[in-house]
Amino acid sequence: MITFKVNGETKTVDVAPDMPLLWVLRDVLDLKGTKFGCGIAQCGACTVHVNGTPSRSCRRAVSTVANAEVRTVEGLSPDGTHALQKAWQALDVPQCGYCQAGQLMSAAALLERNPKPSVAQIDTAMNGNICRCATYLRIREAIQVAAGVTTQAGAATPGGREE
Amino acid sequence: MTTTTSTRRDFLRVTSIVGGGLLFATHIDALESAAGILSPGATDFVPNAFIRMTPDGIVTIVAKNPEIGQGVKTMLPMLIADELDVEWKQVRVEQSMLDTTKYQGQSAGGSNATPANWLPMRRVGAAARAMLVTAAARTWGVPESELTTRDGAVHDHARRRHLPYAQLLDRAATVPAPDLATVKLKEPKDFRIIGTRQPSVDNLAIVTGKPIFGIDVTVPGMLYAVFEKCPVFGGKVVSANLDEVRAQPGVRRAFVVDGGDALEGLLGGVAIVADNWWAAQKARERLQVVWNEGATAQQSSAGFARRAAELSQQPPTRPLRNDGDADAALASAAKTLRAEYYYPFLAHAALEPMNTTAHFVNGKLEIWSQSQTPANGRRLVAQTLGIPETDITVHMARSGGGFGRRLLNDFMAEAAWIAREAGAPVKLVWSREDDIRHDFYRPAGWHYFAGGLDANGRLVAMKSHFISFGEKFRQQNGQEAERGVRAADIPQLEFPGRFVPNFSLGASYMPLGVPTGWLRAPGSNGIAFAFQSWLDELAHAAGRDPMQFRIDLLSVPPIGDNPAQAYSGERMRGVVELVAEKSDWARRSRSLPKGTGMGVAFYWSHRGYFAEVVQATVSRQGALTVDKVWVAGDVGSQIINPSNAENQVQGSVIDGLAEAISQEITIQNGRVVQGNFDDYPILRMREVPPEIEVHWRITDFPPTGLGEPALPPAPPALCNAIFAATGKRIRSLPLSNHDLSWS
Repeated sequence: MITFKVNGETKTVDVAPDMPLLWVLRDVLDLKGTKFGCGIAQCGACTVHVNGTPSRSCRRAVSTVANAEVRTVEGLSPDGTHALQKAWQALDVPQCGYCQAGQLMSAAALLERNPKPSVAQIDTAMNGNICRCATYLRIREAIQVAAGVTTQAGAATPGGREE
Repeated sequence: MTTTTSTRRDFLRVTSIVGGGLLFATHIDALESAAGILSPGATDFVPNAFIRMTPDGIVTIVAKNPEIGQGVKTMLPMLIADELDVEWKQVRVEQSMLDTTKYQGQSAGGSNATPANWLPMRRVGAAARAMLVTAAARTWGVPESELTTRDGAVHDHARRRHLPYAQLLDRAATVPAPDLATVKLKEPKDFRIIGTRQPSVDNLAIVTGKPIFGIDVTVPGMLYAVFEKCPVFGGKVVSANLDEVRAQPGVRRAFVVDGGDALEGLLGGVAIVADNWWAAQKARERLQVVWNEGATAQQSSAGFARRAAELSQQPPTRPLRNDGDADAALASAAKTLRAEYYYPFLAHAALEPMNTTAHFVNGKLEIWSQSQTPANGRRLVAQTLGIPETDITVHMARSGGGFGRRLLNDFMAEAAWIAREAGAPVKLVWSREDDIRHDFYRPAGWHYFAGGLDANGRLVAMKSHFISFGEKFRQQNGQEAERGVRAADIPQLEFPGRFVPNFSLGASYMPLGVPTGWLRAPGSNGIAFAFQSWLDELAHAAGRDPMQFRIDLLSVPPIGDNPAQAYSGERMRGVVELVAEKSDWARRSRSLPKGTGMGVAFYWSHRGYFAEVVQATVSRQGALTVDKVWVAGDVGSQIINPSNAENQVQGSVIDGLAEAISQEITIQNGRVVQGNFDDYPILRMREVPPEIEVHWRITDFPPTGLGEPALPPAPPALCNAIFAATGKRIRSLPLSNHDLSWS
C-alpha cells in the first residue's frame, strides 16, 4: 500500500512498488491527462509535479512518491483558468494536443520558480518536452503571455490575431 | 450526386443533402417522414446528418473526419456554420461515429479534406439556412426574397423585425429540403466565420487533461495488452515460454497469434493480456520467443545502397518521361554536371503510440481507434476476424498525431483479434519501440542526375534516374509490369519536367521486405530534397543567383500535355517571388558573413504551392543553427482558419527540418536498428528556428489543404542555406552524418 496526494486528494494504491507513477495515474487512478510517449524519460509527455518539481512519471517508481504531493494537468485547474491554460487556448497552441499536458506541467513548474523567464530560460526549461507536431513557437509565446512578459502576438503569428 | 436508386423527388433531395451521394435503404423510412427530417425530438430541427438545432439556440454540428491534429474537427464545422449563418459561439461540435452511409468519406489523408469538402459542407449549411428562411417567410407571410439572415436569426429589414432561428425550428422541420446542387451559397465577401482565427474546438479538453484520445478510452472490465512481433517483418512464432509469462504478476492471458503474410494486416506474435498495461509490458521482459524470421532477415541498408549503385550503372528499367534528346543535348552543352542524392527510410513517430480498444461480444465487435482510414480499418478487421463489416461498430477517437502512419490499420486488426481471444474488452497499446520498429516507413531513395547548361547558363538538358524499391504486378491486360512499392514512386510530371527542352526521367527498383507507407507529403518529402538541391547546384554552376535561376526556369513556357490537376509554373513563380520579397533575398542573401547563408526551395504537393527560404548559421566547428524561415504559400482563394493554417505550416517546416537534420531509420539483419527518441530524435525547443514567417498568396483557385505541402521545401532550403554558408553541398540525409565544419 502506497499513499500519496494527487491534486490535493489523498490516494492509497495497492500496486507493486516499482510500478511507474504514470501507469498508476492512468490505469489505477483513472487520471488520463498524463500521457505515455516513450517510456524512457525522453519525450516529457508524462511530466507531472512531485512536491512542486517536474518529474517524468514514466520512469518514476510509485514507491518514490509515498507521502508526496503529486500534481497532474487535471490539477492545474479543472476549468482551464490557470494562466497557462488560458494562454494555450487563446493562442491556439495545440495541433494534435497529445504532448500538451506535459508541456503545460513543465511550463507551470518553470513559472512557479521563475515568474518572468527569459526566452533562453523558457527554451532550457522546455527542452525536455517533444512536440511531434512542432508547436514550439506557440508554446514559447504562450508561456511569455502567461508570464506577462509579452502582450503582443510575436513572430509566430504574423499579421496579429483577432481576439 | 450519383444516386439513381429512386425516382422519388423528396428522397433525392434529402439524399443529396446528406452529403452529395449515396444513401441506403435503411434510412429511407426515417427520411420520408416529416419531409425528410430526422427529428429525435418534436422541437429539434435536424435538417441533415450534420446539423441539429435545439430551442435553446444551440447548434450542434457533426465533424465527420478523423481529427489527427490537422484541425479538421474545427474547420469542417466552420464551413457549415458560416453558410448556416449562425454565430460560432452558438456552435457545439460533435465527433461522428464511423458511418459512411450517413457521412460518406471519413478519412484523414492527402491534405484532402479542404478540396473535398469546401463546397459540400457549405451546401449542407446553406440548405438548412434556406429552410429556416422559408419557415420565417411562412410565419410572416412575406416573400423569401425580402428576408436576410445574420448571426442565427432571419431578418425582415423592411418591417424592422427578426426571428431567431431557435423560434423557427418547428416550422422549418416541415419545409422540404432544397436541392443541394442549386442551393445558394454566400459570396466570399459575406463570410463571417470562414477566414477568421478560430481556436481548435478541443483546446479546453486538451489543456484540462480530459480523456479524449484513443489511448484514454476506458471500457468497464477492460484488460490491457501488449503484442510482441518478430523484429524481422512478417516472421512467425516457432515457440515461446508462455507458461513463464503467464506466471508473472497481473497477467491474465498469454498466447501465440499465428497471423498472416500481409505486412499491412495481423502478423504473427505473442499477446500478453494483464490487469494494467505496465504489468503486461513488464511480463514481456520475461518473454522469450523462437522466431522463424523468414526470407528477409539478410536485408540491410548497406545492401540496398550497394544494389542502388549497381542499378545506377544501367539505364532505368522503367522510363517515365522523355522530351527532346537529353543525351545529345548533354553532349553539346557548354557545361555539364552530375550528382547523386540519397535519403534514408524514415519512421512516423506519432507521439501517441499505436493503440486500439476492442470489445467482442456475441459475435459483434465494438472498437475505439484513431485510424486515419477507419472504413479501411473496419474492412481489415472484418477480414481478419471473418465477421461481416455490419457487425463492427467503430468509434473515432482523437488521435495524438497521424503523419500518415494511421492510414494503415494493423493495430486495429491486432486489438480485435486479441480481444476476441481474451474474451474481454482489451486495450492494446504499443510501446515506443514497437512503434519505431513496426512502422510503414518512408522508403529510402537514390537519385542520379545529369544536367547541361548552355553558354548563357540556361538549363537545356537534364537526366534523372530514380532508384528505389519495387514489385512486380499483373496489369489489366494480363501482362506483368513493375511499379514502386507504397510511397516509392515518382510522378511522370516531376518538375522540372515540361520546363526543360531535353529531359528524361526513369526509375529502377529493387525488391524490399520492409513495409513502406505514406509519411506526411509522401514521395514529395524525399524527392523535393533531391531535385531542389540539384537545381541549386545547377544555379551555382551556371554562376546565377539561385532565386533568379529558379524564377527564370519557371518562366519558360511549359511543353507537352498538362493534365488538369498538374503543375502551374505561374502559380509557383508567384510564391517564389513572394518569398524572395518577404525574405529580402536580393539584399540580405548577399550581405551575410561566411558561416551564415540563405537557401531557397519550392515544391508543389497535394495541390499546394510553397516556396521557402531558410537562413542558417554553421559554426567553424560545424554546429548548425537555423536562424529563420520565410514561407510563401498558395492554396487558393481562401485561408479558412488562419490560426490553424499558420500552425500547420510552421509545424510542417519544423517537421521537414527534423527529417533533414537528424532522422534516419537503418535496416540491419532485416530489422530496424533505432527504437526510441534517443536514437530517432525529434527536434526540440532549443533546436527550432525562433521565427517562421508565413505569407499567403491568395489566388482565384478553389481552396486546398495544408496538412502536407509546406513540408517538402524545408529540407532542401536548409541544405541550400548550408551550401551558401559553408560551400558544402549536402547530397545525402540526414545532416547528422555530415561534418559541417569549415575554415
